[in-house]
Amino acid sequence: MMKIAYFKPNKDNLKSTLPVGIFLISMGLIDIILNSLFNFNLTSFLPEKISFIAPLIFGALGLYLIRIEFSGNKLLDKINKNFNSSSFNAILTLLVIFALIKYVPPLLNWFIFDADFIGNKKEDCTSGGACWVFVKVWFNRFVYGMYPDAEQWRINSAFIMLFLLVGASFFVPSKYKKYLLIFLVFVYPFIGLKLISGGDFGLKYVETGAWGGLSLTFIVSAFALILCFPIGMLLALGRRSNLPAIRYSSIGFIELWRGVPLITVLFMSAVMFPMFLPDGTYVDKLIRVLIAITLFEAAYMAEVIRGGLQALPKGQYEAAKSLGMGYWRMHFLIVLPQALKLVIPGIANTFLALVKDTPLIFVVGLLELAGMVNLAKTNPKWLGMAMEGYVFAGLVFWVICYAMSRYSQNLEKKLSTERQ
Amino acid sequence: MNFKNFKFDLSNKNKNLIPQVLTVLFILLLVIYFTINAQNNMGNRGISFGFGFLSQESSFDITFSLIDYDGSHSYARAFLVGLLNTILVSVIGIFFATILGVTVGISRLSQNYLIAKTAEWYVEIFRNIPLILQIFFWYFAALRALPLTIDSINFYDISFLNVKGWYVPKFLWTNFSLFLYSIIFAIIIVIFFLRYAKKQRDEFGKQFPTFYISLAILFILPTLTFLIGGVSLTFEIPELTQLSKTVYVYKGGVSIIPELIALALALSMYTATFIAENVRAGILGVSKGQKEAAASIGLTKGQILKLVVMPQALRIIIPPTTNQYLNLTKNSSLAAAIAYPDIVLVFAGTALMQTGRAIEIISITMLTYLSLSLSISVFMNWYNKKMAIREK
Repeated sequence: MMKIAYFKPNKDNLKSTLPVGIFLISMGLIDIILNSLFNFNLTSFLPEKISFIAPLIFGALGLYLIRIEFSGNKLLDKINKNFNSSSFNAILTLLVIFALIKYVPPLLNWFIFDADFIGNKKEDCTSGGACWVFVKVWFNRFVYGMYPDAEQWRINSAFIMLFLLVGASFFVPSKYKKYLLIFLVFVYPFIGLKLISGGDFGLKYVETGAWGGLSLTFIVSAFALILCFPIGMLLALGRRSNLPAIRYSSIGFIELWRGVPLITVLFMSAVMFPMFLPDGTYVDKLIRVLIAITLFEAAYMAEVIRGGLQALPKGQYEAAKSLGMGYWRMHFLIVLPQALKLVIPGIANTFLALVKDTPLIFVVGLLELAGMVNLAKTNPKWLGMAMEGYVFAGLVFWVICYAMSRYSQNLEKKLSTERQ
Repeated sequence: MNFKNFKFDLSNKNKNLIPQVLTVLFILLLVIYFTINAQNNMGNRGISFGFGFLSQESSFDITFSLIDYDGSHSYARAFLVGLLNTILVSVIGIFFATILGVTVGISRLSQNYLIAKTAEWYVEIFRNIPLILQIFFWYFAALRALPLTIDSINFYDISFLNVKGWYVPKFLWTNFSLFLYSIIFAIIIVIFFLRYAKKQRDEFGKQFPTFYISLAILFILPTLTFLIGGVSLTFEIPELTQLSKTVYVYKGGVSIIPELIALALALSMYTATFIAENVRAGILGVSKGQKEAAASIGLTKGQILKLVVMPQALRIIIPPTTNQYLNLTKNSSLAAAIAYPDIVLVFAGTALMQTGRAIEIISITMLTYLSLSLSISVFMNWYNKKMAIREK
């Protein structure tokens, strides 16, 4: 068998191959930059198809020439290891770089450099990029929905109160923490709801149909989280119970909710649930949605908590029993505190999924952020603004969800190191 | 002592019985209460519970259907259309989500810094934006930006993309059934061959190039039907026709509606991020010692991947990925938001509006999804049992 001897760059011919390689790579880069930014084709003398892939050929040849193992140059070694370990990798690297050069500048132009920020009507957007004026004008609606402007301080203060309470729970001595938590879970929701809905104490009544925007996203997800937690805990305990009637009804309940999409559950709360109530009873739309989402999420929460209960060593149960503790005392004092700590990341993930599910409440006519964008883009004065609206909503949701997922990942890491 | 024990048991029995009886009673009372209310309500509105309406004429049209359907068909047929549309978008979504997810998952482990980072950012971006928003984005923002019919994007003169949808050639078969049988037959032969090859390998250590041989069987048999079986295939390419001075449409071929494109795109891109994480976790989950041990007994790189790494990685990857497939199928119900005629829109939407039979229709819809989920979880349990490490 004859092997074709080909030129292989190594440490000895480094001095000659390196400059040639770098020159070829930069040729490729310059070609693609000129092409995408200045519409100028460096290799126009070549046939069209070859000219199209010319930068790739240049770049690949260049990268081949600088692929020298143990060259002695730290930077070169690092580049080779991370971007250029084989021909396949080199071509992938080039493709990614070329795609970035070709697509990132137009995106940035649309997003920032060509975008319009100043003005208050659609006609002010003239430069061809994104029309952020749209978001600016509708910002209030995106955050508060149709809530009356003069009353918006109520939503703000409800949320500030929540943040203060949560913040305080980190600092108060552990003796009072329990009471604070009980207040937060059982009392605060009603204070907050009353503050926002009004009707008493000289506050103007605001019907739930007017609630909306980002604040509704937070209201729905916060309430559903707080309410689904105890139900999920009971369901998890029920599923692990020795009593068959309780176990099977818990399993049935959990699997029923986990088996159907949320949208059908919301449909159910909208059209089927009123049929099950005595004639003439009217339950507010938002309350119905909250019940539906709570039950739905409780089933998922139950499975998360069950994971924690299962992960706990059996000795903990036995030790508690040997101290003469009953079922409830054993679970609330020994088992659950440890089990819940194990599944904090899982709970955070459930909450994340809950936040991402809230836009679905549009099926019953409640408009949170995504729903408000849908409404705004159909406004005759603002037609054609769909892209800006969705990009804005996506960005807001992304920031919230990304922060939360990062937080849960950190928790996971922290907890896992503690266990080792 | 005996007496004490007896007493303890008795009290324990009562202790166990009371909560159970209470639970059952509570559930029963709730059901009875709801039933009575529902009966009253339905009586007031002059409707009676029953599924007879399913055979009535539906008298509404559906924009996209895989089977013959128009307003003269029954509600049951409309349900079937919706179900098939749900299955269609789920299958398409699962197919692309798997390809994309596996690619991204492997890319995240690439040595190449740029590739790994790109894959990571893909996952971080698309996982953290609500699916419904992505569907809205593709449907209302991205696909609406496509050109009008007259200046469609042209793919090699056989398929055209414009704001009305994507027009692709239609396959016109003659003797299609023979072709189908040949494929089924080829698959059966391949299965037998693989079994035989595995037996030979296990017993005598003989290695066959199984992949190439099965590929050849799968390719040659259907080709033979073309050559001697009288099977033929022609394409009907969509053509631009002018209806009036300014109205153009594509006639012929198959048109894929933008709702389907947007939904499939969003579903597969969203689910792919989760599958990518599963794939990554699965490959990372195979310990390095396994690969080193395999290399030390002289297996080639391909063999290591095929015989040692993949079987173990798949054991980690498949259960959560099946879960993601199930999620994708359930998430396809978001179709209702952009009016893709899936089961929720057609049945729980239009049919419910027309008949007003909330309880029956919502129950059927939920039961459909539920049976889908349960059958998949039964399959998963079976698979987990089969794949569980058999300790000797």
